[in-house]
Amino acid sequence: MAQATAFYRTGLIMNASRFSGLLLVAPAVLFIAGLFVYPLSYSFIDAFTVAGDAGTRFSLANFVLAFELYGDDIVFTVLIVGLSAVLIASGAILIGGYITLGTNRFLVNAVRILYRWPLFIPFIVAAQCMRTFLAKNGLMNGVLIEMGMLTPLETTGFLDWRGIVITFVWKQLPFVALLVTGAMASLDRAGIEAARDLGAGRLRILWQIVVPQVMPTLIVALVLSIVTMMSVLSVPVMISGHSPTMMTVQMAFRVNAYHDYGTANALGVISYLITGLVAWIYLRRGVAGKGGEK
Amino acid sequence: MTQASFWQNQAQAPKQTLAARIGDLAGGGVVGALAVGFCILLLAIAIFGPLTNLLLWTVAEQWYFPHTFPARYGFDFWARVFHPDGNAFVSLRYSLVIAVLTVIFCLSLAIPAGYALARLALPARALILLVFLVPQAFPNIPVHINIARVFYQLDLHGTVGAVVLVHTLHGMVYAVWIATAAFGAVDKTLEEAARDIGAGPIRTFFTITLPSAMPGIIASAIFVFLESLDEFTGTYFVGAPEITTLPMLMFRAGMEGNYQVASITALVLLVPSVLFMIVVERFLRADVLAAVGR
Repeated sequence: MAQATAFYRTGLIMNASRFSGLLLVAPAVLFIAGLFVYPLSYSFIDAFTVAGDAGTRFSLANFVLAFELYGDDIVFTVLIVGLSAVLIASGAILIGGYITLGTNRFLVNAVRILYRWPLFIPFIVAAQCMRTFLAKNGLMNGVLIEMGMLTPLETTGFLDWRGIVITFVWKQLPFVALLVTGAMASLDRAGIEAARDLGAGRLRILWQIVVPQVMPTLIVALVLSIVTMMSVLSVPVMISGHSPTMMTVQMAFRVNAYHDYGTANALGVISYLITGLVAWIYLRRGVAGKGGEK
Repeated sequence: MTQASFWQNQAQAPKQTLAARIGDLAGGGVVGALAVGFCILLLAIAIFGPLTNLLLWTVAEQWYFPHTFPARYGFDFWARVFHPDGNAFVSLRYSLVIAVLTVIFCLSLAIPAGYALARLALPARALILLVFLVPQAFPNIPVHINIARVFYQLDLHGTVGAVVLVHTLHGMVYAVWIATAAFGAVDKTLEEAARDIGAGPIRTFFTITLPSAMPGIIASAIFVFLESLDEFTGTYFVGAPEITTLPMLMFRAGMEGNYQVASITALVLLVPSVLFMIVVERFLRADVLAAVGR
């Protein structure tokens, strides 16, 4: 009997705790629902409908227009983000690999201190730095001329797709490198030492032993980076606003210049699909990896 | 040890070639160390070149082609930017008011949620944690566009409140995840001891749990503060042109070709970010950091 009461009481406490837990979480979750899910639903509804005489109806016209007008920009965006992601991944592997496998303490510490500087620098500040640094008559070309590596006639500005890629890599590499370095630091050193004893070179150890083990972290970091690059407006606007440019710029333009929410949201849905595709590749890889472990 | 015996000992040591000695010092092959050192130098130039460029622009009174460096240095533009009637003070006030309100609002939602997620029995806990990440996992320009439209309908557009709401949306994931990790790291036995000597649950929370979790909460507050201070895209869509935060001021000055004003504003934004990068590890203990997102 006493046992039953005790059981009943714990049950009651559990329920009470569950109830108060939900009550405490509710405001935060409702906030996300109101300020994110609700506007997000608008973005899908607007993309797939057009307003006509007979009211709003389902249509793919917005997507047709989006591809017609901004097809180049969509391709341009995918290429820029893809190239940046490849460069960021290679850089992060090299930096993480050197910090993990490097034998010279002084140089390893130098890299460790150096690479994170741009981590918390806002995108808009990075864009402003690069806008003046990479210009045709900017500091970079000026210094190259002073050093005799360029003549004034040979200089070109980098304020086009190259400038966007450079700014993205500059800003995002520290973030991915930080996560990858963390993952590499927590690896079991035994495998690395064994390979080293067998005479494997550092590059081979990095490529065949370290990188496969940190792949999940690298891909998560890259997916987050890709989403960020697909969301930034300031960098493409400030570095290179002329056509073709990134989809983010065209979305803002469509709304600001024409109040055309249909086409802007169609571009938005396309950008969700692109990032969704990247995330799907990641998830499929994750499932395949787990299947392989069994 | 006398001078003579010192030299004797030296002579007895096995002879080493100069290259081998430098190699030992460098912890690897000389050529390798030099190559790595050169790469690190390039990394340093790539990271600090654009930042140096920004610093030069803040003190450049005249800088035109073909001068590699500014033709005249001075603080005239600083005086102009920080003139009591200048735009900078208006922007600084907007930025600080919005950032502080964002921190207060964000933490008032995140502290109860974080406590519940860390300590109370919740159904679908992992899913709830994920909900806060989702706004960061979507390209956010289409979402901002639609939030702006909802705010137009509610007559909220172009107000401080609108910008605070959007900044809170982006700060939520840091605030909730770090608060959850911080509450999770609080020693449960301390709470139980307080309850045993007769403290009620609310008193226990405010005298034991909250103070113990405070370093983590402060870290999350700094994250949210910086996120708000640096936020550009959301402010651009829901606040412009009425709300001119520092990033908005910087953007406008940069686009108008007023590089000095843009660079000085950028520097003001840069300082808190860099300071935070240096002190972040002091606030976020390793055990809290490792538990983020779990």
